[in-house]
Amino acid sequence: MTGAADALLLLVLITGLFIVWSGRLAACVRAIAVQGALLAALPLVMWAPGGDVPVAHLVLMSVGALAVKAGIIPALLLRSAREAGARREVEPYVSLHVSALLGAGLVVLSLWLARVLVPPGPVTATLLLPAGFATVLLGFLMLVARKYAVTQVVGYLMLDNGVFIFGQTLAGSIPVVVELGILLDLLVAVFVMGIAIYHIGREFDHIDTRALNSLRD
Amino acid sequence: MNGPIPVLVHAVLLVMLPPLVLGVVGKTKSWVAGRIGPPIWQPYADVLKLLRKGVVMGAPTTWVFRAGPIVGLASVLVAGLIVPLAAGAGPLSFEGDVIAFAALLGLGRFFTMAAALDTGSSFEGMGASREAAFGAFTEPGLFLVLAIVCVPARSVSFAGAWTALPWDAWGPRHPVFLLAAAALFVVLLAENARIPVDDPATHLELTMVHEVMVLDHSGPDFAFIVYGGAVKLFVFAALLVHLLLPVPAAGGWVGAGLLVAGVLGVGVLVGAVESSVARLRLTRVPGFLIGVAALAAVGVAVLLARGQP
Repeated sequence: MTGAADALLLLVLITGLFIVWSGRLAACVRAIAVQGALLAALPLVMWAPGGDVPVAHLVLMSVGALAVKAGIIPALLLRSAREAGARREVEPYVSLHVSALLGAGLVVLSLWLARVLVPPGPVTATLLLPAGFATVLLGFLMLVARKYAVTQVVGYLMLDNGVFIFGQTLAGSIPVVVELGILLDLLVAVFVMGIAIYHIGREFDHIDTRALNSLRD
Repeated sequence: MNGPIPVLVHAVLLVMLPPLVLGVVGKTKSWVAGRIGPPIWQPYADVLKLLRKGVVMGAPTTWVFRAGPIVGLASVLVAGLIVPLAAGAGPLSFEGDVIAFAALLGLGRFFTMAAALDTGSSFEGMGASREAAFGAFTEPGLFLVLAIVCVPARSVSFAGAWTALPWDAWGPRHPVFLLAAAALFVVLLAENARIPVDDPATHLELTMVHEVMVLDHSGPDFAFIVYGGAVKLFVFAALLVHLLLPVPAAGGWVGAGLLVAGVLGVGVLVGAVESSVARLRLTRVPGFLIGVAALAAVGVAVLLARGQP
């Protein structure tokens, strides 16, 4: 079943590129929700046919990821963006054209990286490592190339999605408690970021992080 | 089917079918809008009517103006001979014909633009400049999609690439080919001046891109342009159908039927997109096309990294 997993990972790559290329805040957040839903299906597709990992473990992981990554966090983000009165455009540092090209370059780079670096465990899908690298790198791109706090949270989420993909290589050896703990941590982090976005928005009438560079007491 | 029959079938399909695709697009748009719309064979009638009319030429025009529609039509017809239609190879098939195909489309575009510039109208010059800009952003996407098709066979000809195309491309084994099909569909819309990029129905001065370049042409010249546009749409639709449906594997008359059905299906799809999507703002078009090219580039990279699909 590596084919189905590869198809899912290709879709993850496409949503990642879409997020980097999209000019709309709401579209970015919705795309990260779609990416979360795709990732939630990944453990089921990758490990269920083999039978090495208990089904309950997989279902818990999948449902947890679906609820947190595709449901709660995007809803919270959209809400905090609305409350903070964020503009609907994403306000990039580099133009969207350049970031789309950079994104494609990063994907190519990660395909090369995955050939050079050897994974510790068995890898069942050929695109698993490249997609992991690429999602992490695209997340970094979002973190450094956008001015607004909401889009930076999207970048952080994409970073986490990349780590989740890497985690799939070890699905059998990580206890469920740890997986769920990671998801909970992520949720709490986004809560804190949402509150921070709200306060930044109230304090400065905008959520432009450039202004934070010049803070003094 | 051996001997001269496949060539004959190819030629008949290439010459007779294109206006029908335009008719299907128009009918779909009318149907979605709740109108009866022109009959499906209206484009044939339009072309025949234009062929009977006289030509009006502007005073400052030269032979370039006259050559524009002729070279435009000839280049897309030759490109149509290269592309496989009902069989696995076109009549004009040689190693490297994929490059020749893209070059022929570029040649046609160049002469259309040159004819527009030849009128001396600043308005048509604006259209030519926009066409050149959009073309520069569309062609990387086209080449990268063709690269996705060619990589598995390690061959730069349609005939070679088609032998290695996976016919179960719908299955999850070859998601890259679905990506290529999606990117090719966007390239089809952009190359044929269709809606998210350009609006073939608009005649508002500032929004026209492709239409503005052909404003000065009349009579048989304009018939060539309308017919050439239909052939170009048909050729791209045929490429798309070949990516998605097993036309050469079916072969013979079944393949031809499959191709005709698929091409008309693409016409319906184009009409549906035109009815449901708003046109992009002019400044957003390059970003849109670059995004598609980036997707196609990722497809090529994935295919190369995985080795044989």
